[in-house]
Amino acid sequence: MEKIFQRPASLKPVPFRYCPGCGHSLIHRLIAECIDNLGIREKVVGIAPVGCAVFAYDYFNFDMLEVAHGRPPAAATGYKRVMPDRIIFSYQGDGDLAAIGTAEIIHAANRGENISVFFVNNATYGMTGGQMAPTTLLGQKTTTTPFGRNNETAGYPLRVAELLSTIEGASYIVRTSVDSYKNIIGTKKAIEKSFRYQIEGKGFSLVEILSPCPVNWKLSPIDSLTWIQTEMVSVYPLGTFKDKIKEIE
Amino acid sequence: MKGNEAIAEAAVQAGCRFYAGYPITPQNEIPEYMSWRMPEVNGVFVQAESELAAINMVYGASAAGVRAMTSSSSPGISLKQETISYLAGAELPAVIVNIQRGGPGLGNISGSQADYFQAVKGGGHGDYKLLVYAPYNLQEMWNLTMLAFDKADEYRNPVMILGDGVIGQMVEPFYPKPYVRPELPVKDWVLDGCKNREPRVIKSLYMGEGELEMRNNILQKKYKVMKDKEVSFEGYYTEDSEIIIVAFGIAARIALSSVKRLRSEGFKVGLFRPITLFPFPEKELFMLARESRRFITIEMNAGQMVEDVRLSINGISEVLFYGRPGGTIITPAEVQEKILQLFNHQPYLA
Ligand SMILES: Cc1ncc(C[n+]2csc(CCOP(=O)(O)OP(=O)(O)O)c2C)c(N)n1
Repeated sequence: MEKIFQRPASLKPVPFRYCPGCGHSLIHRLIAECIDNLGIREKVVGIAPVGCAVFAYDYFNFDMLEVAHGRPPAAATGYKRVMPDRIIFSYQGDGDLAAIGTAEIIHAANRGENISVFFVNNATYGMTGGQMAPTTLLGQKTTTTPFGRNNETAGYPLRVAELLSTIEGASYIVRTSVDSYKNIIGTKKAIEKSFRYQIEGKGFSLVEILSPCPVNWKLSPIDSLTWIQTEMVSVYPLGTFKDKIKEIE
Repeated sequence: MKGNEAIAEAAVQAGCRFYAGYPITPQNEIPEYMSWRMPEVNGVFVQAESELAAINMVYGASAAGVRAMTSSSSPGISLKQETISYLAGAELPAVIVNIQRGGPGLGNISGSQADYFQAVKGGGHGDYKLLVYAPYNLQEMWNLTMLAFDKADEYRNPVMILGDGVIGQMVEPFYPKPYVRPELPVKDWVLDGCKNREPRVIKSLYMGEGELEMRNNILQKKYKVMKDKEVSFEGYYTEDSEIIIVAFGIAARIALSSVKRLRSEGFKVGLFRPITLFPFPEKELFMLARESRRFITIEMNAGQMVEDVRLSINGISEVLFYGRPGGTIITPAEVQEKILQLFNHQPYLA
């Protein structure tokens, strides 16, 4: 009998310990599947951020580097510049990438570093207990916006994919979601494309992934998926914002 | 060649193949030199968007096993502290050059020694130590930079060259001795893809019960070995001296000219010059302590190393201090005057 579904070799044979319904485990799996598909497990180095996904190295079955809060794009730059034939990706949350690490992501994109960035937008700070993130929606209640995010004091949701797509150095910028089967497939395609671009030396790519955080959103896992569809997608539309290679073709 | 360029070229010859930095006076010659020199040797130069980014680029390059360096001056070194702590925690080798300027805050751009505490007492968060070298002329900037790369690899630890704006900008002849690579441990921790081996992780997070304490104990053991093996200093006329000046870096160079002058006039004065600031030459200083002897620490700051001198001397001798903070250069004449005050039994006025 042919085995048609199994644990990717790029995942360690251990159960995920993320919260029930959390998007991180699903996204980890998608990344692992892509790495398996491309046959690059032995050439990959992943960067674990500071955030819930700091534990990524407990699950990924390849070399991993843990980097200070927000600095993964800089560390990836240093790594890739000296190891151009290895494949490096940074995996970052929205606090890591869109708040404390804004300078690093913008300049890595602007230099057109040949790296892949997987950016998990869950509209909150998961690891520290659900505070406001730059991506938190207006009116959204978090532990530091108990009355809902008010733009007058806390600014607006930051659209990272749109922002980065204006940068000349960036090659491929896309926003996907893991709220539905269709979008999960789309996310996987985008991740694989990002890796493929890196393998082919096509430069900087970022996949922004809308991802559920049921515990901090105080919703059930199912309702969290609905919340992505009804609330998040209107602020963070899905789609490809930049594909330099396609533009050239 | 300026002192800053001596550091850059010594780094290249010692096999440094990654440099990232952000402009700040008085160390700009280092990134400028690296920007053309690195491509010549197939190395990498990146002008980073900030000192934070620069040191994290070094962190990434070091994880790949490449000899990597960053440089800055005081305000920029403050920004690097976060990742210096991460480098220490993750046991990644790196060389960090601080060409100190006056502080606090934006301060000024003249040479200073006011980052002593930051360099030797931790600087960033957590219990960690850097190996800290204090060159006092261009020859040492060359030699110690090469040594710094070897020691960083040997101990898997960040190493700091604590220079200052004066020697950074100074031009003087020196012998650029060729680099000879010592035997060093194999880098069996490098992240280069898990081909034919188990995956590796480089990290500094240890959440398991008792895990972090264990990690800390391992680090502390390493620092103890540094203390036992890496202390470096020079003594000048210390044996028969009634007064011993203790000074490092540029202050030591200034003090040495005063000492020579005073010696020629018959005054029994000497100089003790720590070359490693961590590990500090505690035992060696203690051996020189006598009830009949006085020590005076001279620094271009408001009094930092003097605390370590006092700890080393442990109350056996009197330890005085003379310093000028804020990027003011001490003159040999000033030092002479202070020493003469002591010989003439005038009340000591700092
Ligand atoms: C310099 C620094 N500041 C703050 C923190 C605390 N901290 C840890 S994770 C985190 C935010 C995590 O949020 P995000 O990046 O969105 O990732 P998530 O946990 O939601 O996946 C913060 C602020 C830290 N570890 N280091």
